Amino acid sequence: MNPFSSPTRLRCAAISFRRSPPLNSRSFLLLLLVVMRLPHSYHLNFVSFNPMNGRGRQLIEMQPLFTLYLKLDMYRGTLKRDMIQAIRACKTAAEERAVVRKECAAIRSAISENDQFFRHRNLAKLMFIHMLGYPTHFGRDLNHSNQYIVGLALCALGNICSAEMAMDLAPEVERLLLSTDQTIKKKVCNTVLYQCFEVGLVRTVAQLQYKTVALYHVPSDSERSVYRYIIGPAALCSIRIIRKVSDLAENLMSPAASLLKEKHHGVLIAGVQLCTDLCKVSASVLEYLRKTCIERLIRILKDISNSSYSLEYDIAGIVDPFLHIRVLKLMRILGQGDADSSEYMIDILAQVASKTESKKNAGNAVLYECVETIMGIEATSGLRVLAINILGRFLSNHDNNIRYT
Amino acid sequence: MIHFVLLISRQGKVRLTKWYSTYSQKERTKVIRELSGLILARGPKLSNFIEWRGYKVVYRRYASLYFCMCIDADDNELEILEIIHHFVEILDRYFGSVCELDLIFNFHKAYYILDEILIAGELQESSKKTVARLIAAQDSLVEAAKEQASSVSNMIAQCVAAHCRPLLDNRVEERGCS
Repeated sequence: MNPFSSPTRLRCAAISFRRSPPLNSRSFLLLLLVVMRLPHSYHLNFVSFNPMNGRGRQLIEMQPLFTLYLKLDMYRGTLKRDMIQAIRACKTAAEERAVVRKECAAIRSAISENDQFFRHRNLAKLMFIHMLGYPTHFGRDLNHSNQYIVGLALCALGNICSAEMAMDLAPEVERLLLSTDQTIKKKVCNTVLYQCFEVGLVRTVAQLQYKTVALYHVPSDSERSVYRYIIGPAALCSIRIIRKVSDLAENLMSPAASLLKEKHHGVLIAGVQLCTDLCKVSASVLEYLRKTCIERLIRILKDISNSSYSLEYDIAGIVDPFLHIRVLKLMRILGQGDADSSEYMIDILAQVASKTESKKNAGNAVLYECVETIMGIEATSGLRVLAINILGRFLSNHDNNIRYT
Repeated sequence: MIHFVLLISRQGKVRLTKWYSTYSQKERTKVIRELSGLILARGPKLSNFIEWRGYKVVYRRYASLYFCMCIDADDNELEILEIIHHFVEILDRYFGSVCELDLIFNFHKAYYILDEILIAGELQESSKKTVARLIAAQDSLVEAAKEQASSVSNMIAQCVAAHCRPLLDNRVEERGCS
């Protein structure tokens, strides 16, 4: 009989086990291991097995193994699903607190004993508990060999770290930044941001900034596809860094401009956003970008508004409205107060404004941004009339949202 | 820039929070309480934008969940509505007709998906296919981790190494073969 076949079979096995004569330590151990794989609820059957009735010597010998079982059970803790169900089933706040306290104790003991198996589960439970609002202490997991656990740890760290914890863990996070795994790098970018804020040390920020700039210069053409995954988060990271330390804006000028040459939309969005923020922060960057980037931006906008249906980026009939909006915003900033650059933009703005349908929200979002841009730059009167017509259409729309904007 | 993302149920329970600016623990609970009060009290015919403390809060109701995002005053609100919808569509595609229970029991996956889409309060990935691919890669990593952790040989090795060796040796000697 295969004990793995079903839980009920296993229960029968356990019961018959109680009754059968030679109780053997090795088979007991095997049964223990098999039972451990079951959902927690089935363990109750096993626990009711009383080692002290009837068998005398053999059972007394079993006792150490039995305590071993109990210890292992404590290590294992409950399944996350069971815990969530238990919390949801609590009717009063006091019950809920008791359940959470018990779980926390189990998790703390598991972490202190360095339990490897269920690390990921424990971390996930910690996150849940924190989300519910209970104060938690975070076990540090950044050195684990399994990437999933490191990733989860970084995610949790980003969500719940405090200033002291951030400072302590800064060197570890920096080490991870240099690691080769792409998903980790991405997550590190995420957490690095939270550290930037929580800690606010200029020195740390400068170090991090140089490292992220190093990320830009890494790849050769052969690594292009892999590079893609990091460059977006790296760019967004830099935005944060610049907001904190605006002197570093000049260093990022040329990498940012080169980002606009990318083809992948994710990278483009990040690049455009970076340029926008750079311009907000420093006037010299604004000048530089005005000189170099305007044709590129116009070309990007032309490509996406003229391209046909693309399954990957399509939202309500418009190809990648997010990219549309970002590029329009950047164009507004570049064109403000500068007649030359505005001249280049007039054609493409007119095209986008007249071509975009306004039946769906995505179309309206793009049109709204377009109108703002037209108003912001030095546009011809014809274009402004077009913009005002669109606004008029918005105001007479039935939807409250549109009227609000 | 998006300052934070909040998912609240119709009863006011928080299902997911993600903060992209510094708020201390106390401030966070205060913000959540305030916004829950404001949003849950709004009728269905009102617009989806609220002005609050100098920021704009954009929310949208999907069945029993309210998805809220807080943005700067000069950002495009309609775009944020699109971002919310983008997130929900990806969740839907991943979980297959997502409901609130899915988000409750798989909150870590929801967080992971949110991290793929938004970084530092800005949109990072606008392609649903790419995100789906990344999540699938992550899932296979999880499966591999679980396989490794629960393989029986691993268990036996750990167990024996930690506690049982002295015990079993004695027993085997006393009893001979099993």
